[in-house]
Amino acid sequence: MDALHRFLEMGGYARFVWPAYGLAVLVLAGMAVQSYRAWRRQHGLWSALSAMRPQRRR
Amino acid sequence: MQRFANPGRFMRLSGRIMPWCAAGAAIGLAAGVYLALFVAPPDYQQGEAVRIMFVHVPAAWMASFVYAFMALASAAALIWRHPIADMAAQAAAPLGAGFTLLCLVTGSLWGEPMWGTWWVWDARLTSVLVLFFLYIGYIALVNGFDDPTRGARAGAVLALVGVVNLPIIKFSVDWWNTLHQPASVFRLGGPTIDRSMLLPLLIMAVAYMLYFAALLMLRMRTAILASRVRAARLGEVEAMPEPSGRAHVAGSVG
Repeated sequence: MDALHRFLEMGGYARFVWPAYGLAVLVLAGMAVQSYRAWRRQHGLWSALSAMRPQRRR
Repeated sequence: MQRFANPGRFMRLSGRIMPWCAAGAAIGLAAGVYLALFVAPPDYQQGEAVRIMFVHVPAAWMASFVYAFMALASAAALIWRHPIADMAAQAAAPLGAGFTLLCLVTGSLWGEPMWGTWWVWDARLTSVLVLFFLYIGYIALVNGFDDPTRGARAGAVLALVGVVNLPIIKFSVDWWNTLHQPASVFRLGGPTIDRSMLLPLLIMAVAYMLYFAALLMLRMRTAILASRVRAARLGEVEAMPEPSGRAHVAGSVG
């Protein structure tokens, strides 16, 4: 417990170290989420258009 | 270069490479963060605050690297007029902006306890802030045109002009007196930091790079898919019965 506490305190720099790592997680995850959502959106459109295609060829 | 310029081939290749980059990035980030937080020793001057460096420095490297990549892609786009080069530049820009933002804020979080200030208008910090605005300006410019081709061309020119900022960032710590310390890894005569800190730093750098590569491919695949969706929709409009029978005119213009 004491070791964990000491680790989280970061030698008194906790309020600088943890926000830095938190932001790194936020920025990296944000990039991935935004990129993946854009992919899903286009993928959905593409699937919908492909599903329509056979009807068009009748 | 030219081999990847075929959208179909790019889709096949990137589909195969992307998962490996993503897996490498995940492993690298896990190992890097573990080493950075638990294994690397506290610095004899900076104490535990040095751990900020493991997320800050690779972000700074990526900020410049991604811009150089964007500029190269833009040059290729202007010279060969290939849409994939434009897609690469446009896919990279938001990622570069993200790394630059991360670099600026984590630098600030380190600067307050170490320098006693969140921000100074010195050469290194200011030139990186300019880099951030270049990314934002590029994204705004590309999306500011009704015609995407014109937007891409304007963006490519801006990206190339902005390259002048890269050597300024790199050498700012040598050319001017700044609060920011000079290079300690990529310097003549080798790195000046201890292996116990250099190793996690390099692992994080590789992980960031793989992360960028994976997301870049995902975003370029999205752009290619989007262009296929656009083309398919256009085809649909053409396939609709037209009373005047001028369906082929629209096709010949596009």
